[in-house]
Amino acid sequence: MSKQNVVETNLEGAVRLSRRIGDGTVKKGDVILEVKDLGVKFWVNGEWFDAAENVDYDLRAGEVLAIVGESGSGKTQSSMSLIGLLPPNGRASGSAKLKGVELIGLTGSRMREVRGNEIAVIFQEPMTALNPVYTVGFQIVETLRTHFVMAPAAAKARAIELMRLVEIPEPESSFDKYPHQLSGGQRQRIMIAQSLACDPKLLIADEPTTALDVTVQAEILKLMRGLRERVDAAIILITHDMGVVADMADRIVVMKDGRVVEHGTSDEIFTAPKHPYTQSLLAAVPHLGSQTGDDHIVVRESLVSDGKNPVPLADGDPDVTPALLMEGVSIDYPKQGRRPVFRAAHDINLRIDPGRVLGLVGESGSGKTTIGRAAVALLPVADGRLQVAGRDITHASNADLYPFRRDVGIVFQDPGSSLNPRLPVGESIGEPLYLHEKLRGSELSKRVEALLDSVELPRAMRNRYPHELSGGQRQRIGIARSLALEPKLLIADEPTSALDVSVQARVLQLFADLQERYGFACLFISHDLAVVEMLSSRIAVMKDGRLVEVGPTAEIVNSPQHPYTQRLLSAVPVPDPAEQKKRRELRDAIIEQLHLV
Amino acid sequence: MTTNPPLDPASDLSGPGRGDNAIEAKEVEGLSQGQIVWRRFLRHRGAMFGLILLALVAIISFTAMGIGPIPGLWKYQDYNRSNPEILNGGAPTLSIPGFGSGGFAIGEHPFGQDDIGRDNFALVMKGVQTSLLVMIVMSIVALVIGVTVGALAGYYRKRVDQALMRFTDLVITLPVIVLGAVLGKLLSTIPIKLDWSQEVREGISASMPLLLAVMLGLILWPSLARLVRGEFLTLREREFVDSARVAGASDWRIITKHILPNAVGVIIVNTTLLMSTAVVLETALSFLGFGINPPLISLGNLISTYQGAFSTRPWLFWWPGLFIILIALSVNFIGDGLRDAFDPRTKRIPSEREMARTLIKANRAATGGAA
Repeated sequence: MSKQNVVETNLEGAVRLSRRIGDGTVKKGDVILEVKDLGVKFWVNGEWFDAAENVDYDLRAGEVLAIVGESGSGKTQSSMSLIGLLPPNGRASGSAKLKGVELIGLTGSRMREVRGNEIAVIFQEPMTALNPVYTVGFQIVETLRTHFVMAPAAAKARAIELMRLVEIPEPESSFDKYPHQLSGGQRQRIMIAQSLACDPKLLIADEPTTALDVTVQAEILKLMRGLRERVDAAIILITHDMGVVADMADRIVVMKDGRVVEHGTSDEIFTAPKHPYTQSLLAAVPHLGSQTGDDHIVVRESLVSDGKNPVPLADGDPDVTPALLMEGVSIDYPKQGRRPVFRAAHDINLRIDPGRVLGLVGESGSGKTTIGRAAVALLPVADGRLQVAGRDITHASNADLYPFRRDVGIVFQDPGSSLNPRLPVGESIGEPLYLHEKLRGSELSKRVEALLDSVELPRAMRNRYPHELSGGQRQRIGIARSLALEPKLLIADEPTSALDVSVQARVLQLFADLQERYGFACLFISHDLAVVEMLSSRIAVMKDGRLVEVGPTAEIVNSPQHPYTQRLLSAVPVPDPAEQKKRRELRDAIIEQLHLV
Repeated sequence: MTTNPPLDPASDLSGPGRGDNAIEAKEVEGLSQGQIVWRRFLRHRGAMFGLILLALVAIISFTAMGIGPIPGLWKYQDYNRSNPEILNGGAPTLSIPGFGSGGFAIGEHPFGQDDIGRDNFALVMKGVQTSLLVMIVMSIVALVIGVTVGALAGYYRKRVDQALMRFTDLVITLPVIVLGAVLGKLLSTIPIKLDWSQEVREGISASMPLLLAVMLGLILWPSLARLVRGEFLTLREREFVDSARVAGASDWRIITKHILPNAVGVIIVNTTLLMSTAVVLETALSFLGFGINPPLISLGNLISTYQGAFSTRPWLFWWPGLFIILIALSVNFIGDGLRDAFDPRTKRIPSEREMARTLIKANRAATGGAA
């Protein structure tokens, strides 16, 4: 209650430039948005395609409605049509009333009075949603002064207050920072502060955490949960991840291919989903602890860093040549202009035996990708010794690396960028075969077809271009290419983080099957412990360029020793409101403990 | 080994959804990147206008005056021959309905005659041929040098980049007109100074347009090199380049097969813009008397020759000028269209009317189907 007053104080004296809809006040429980038979159509090449149709829902003040669905299900477009932000070839039909005022068909200054003032949006990518040439403070002030008669000093005071509300550290000094000076999570907080600036009636959050790490996601969700209590606005939360909405949403709308397939309260959807599609969405969320039982751990095998000393190398069978062996490896990013040399990985000791999968987990910027790229010789090693399948590649020259390339493959994070847009995907898959086995013509196409079969894609797809494929299909192509030479070591660099949760589940399943069939050793890099747990036999946890804990999967997941590992574990969302609540409390306890220490 | 049939999302609601960008992808279904660009280019009205105009100009000039040894169809093939019979004071005989009196007629000398009775149409058409030749040869020379320098600098970075780009900077600082003038002058004076034989001298002066084009190409490549370097710097960081490297591709293969095709948009667009610069530059040099000199003909030296006749026989001035504008303009339009076609962000946005029409049609089809 006290916080509520804090938010309102500065606004009471200010004169609103933009007219408000209704008398301007909303109480919890009032119906503020009525959506009836909402449809969105797109004009493509002389035809209209339905992106969404027959969408119906009501929204009350203080309520959180989650719209869940895969990419392309029309969840974003149907919400954007509320504030008239459809692309020029889109058309909205039906009706959406905000406090009795029809939003569909509203244009010009009337619509601008609604945007930001009555309905605010939190976008998915805070980096691209904030203007890089203005300070974040200026951008909040801009929103305020568009809708209020407000002196710059008053607007600044209010902006700082908003930044405090979203828990930005040192709001006074952060006011003058540029977006690139803030972390991803802080940028998203600024976006939220900006959207709350005019005390809107409705907040549309479009996948607000998809671009963030699991730990940051947990913090942003916590913030939004707190805001629910303090702000009277209704929230529409758009997401593809059932785990995210578990303890946030009051009601859930599940969309598929532009249609609402299920609509119900959060409890109904989570405990008794009726539609098979909802069930499959729920099943797709990787469930932490689902792969490993609660076995009693007899001997502790995990190696934990004690702060100063690096995690030592795990003992292995001396008769077996490890697929990947890193001894005291450090990796530097070279000096660029005025930026000094940056050491991205310190003293890494890592060993993967043939046919085993090691999961490497950490937040973005922790150096996991650096290790992956060094293992395929895309980055030079500054210190230590790096061996792949018995071959020392620490200081290998380009010519020495040619035979080595046969033994490794890499699957990249962004399937959009890792395929050459000018080549048909069949040619991309066949490139390693063309270069190493000198296959040509029908022999090559036979192998390419076999690879397409193995990743469960139709053979006809080999003549398609990357831009015609969906994200999941592109990633399958990326996997097929990395497996073309049947490598001994495969580096999978966050192969599913750019995909929808449901697509991710299918790709992971495929990946596990392929690993079993081909028997390659794999370094599986991810920021999500639940994903890693599904595939790997051992897990290494990384933080700020150092390994902090390495051990068998069951041990890491069930009894993590390093506090950082514990924090990572507790941040993983679970598609179960009760369970999620429990985990959240556990997480808060851990963080509190960390601060006390 | 099993093959999975393609998934049909519409029939099975519990299966996977239609996936991201499914609706946008409808527009480009089954097309390669090149085909998409070509289709966008064909839709660009300005570019089509430019292409047709340029083709018309080229066809008229080559059919009228022939190519090399093949004679053309126009009756005054020897464009330098004077004619004692000057019709109507040399005024153009071309008449077009709407301009002046009478209907459409080509007449004896459609573009008029000069003071010694030479046919202006033959001269202008020959000049157009020279301009087109200079334009094409120059752009090929600039293209080869610019792309090579830019690609090497952008791909290898570090020392190679430093050396090549500093050299490029040096070339950029040279004033093009002055350098062109000096080089053009050298071409005519060196054979005399070095006392070369008469045949060599004649050979050099006969192939003057070609030599001039090569010279211009040698001066104009830096802008292209810089753009190609910038494009290579961005593209080499893309993951598909890394994945080609992991697959064991050599530098040569990565440059030619993976990066260059992706940079082709920038290259083509800027080459066409260079082409129109070349036309104007050749004209300027010839006008100043440093480029192509009589007895060879170019649009620039026609204007230069006849500048004194501007008040008495203005058509001698207007017609070459018009063709310079037509060529430069249509090449610019084509370049503009290519730029839009290669830009992945340009999407076809139909007019309101067109969208409304299809909506009505769709509604009618829907109700008709129901009835």
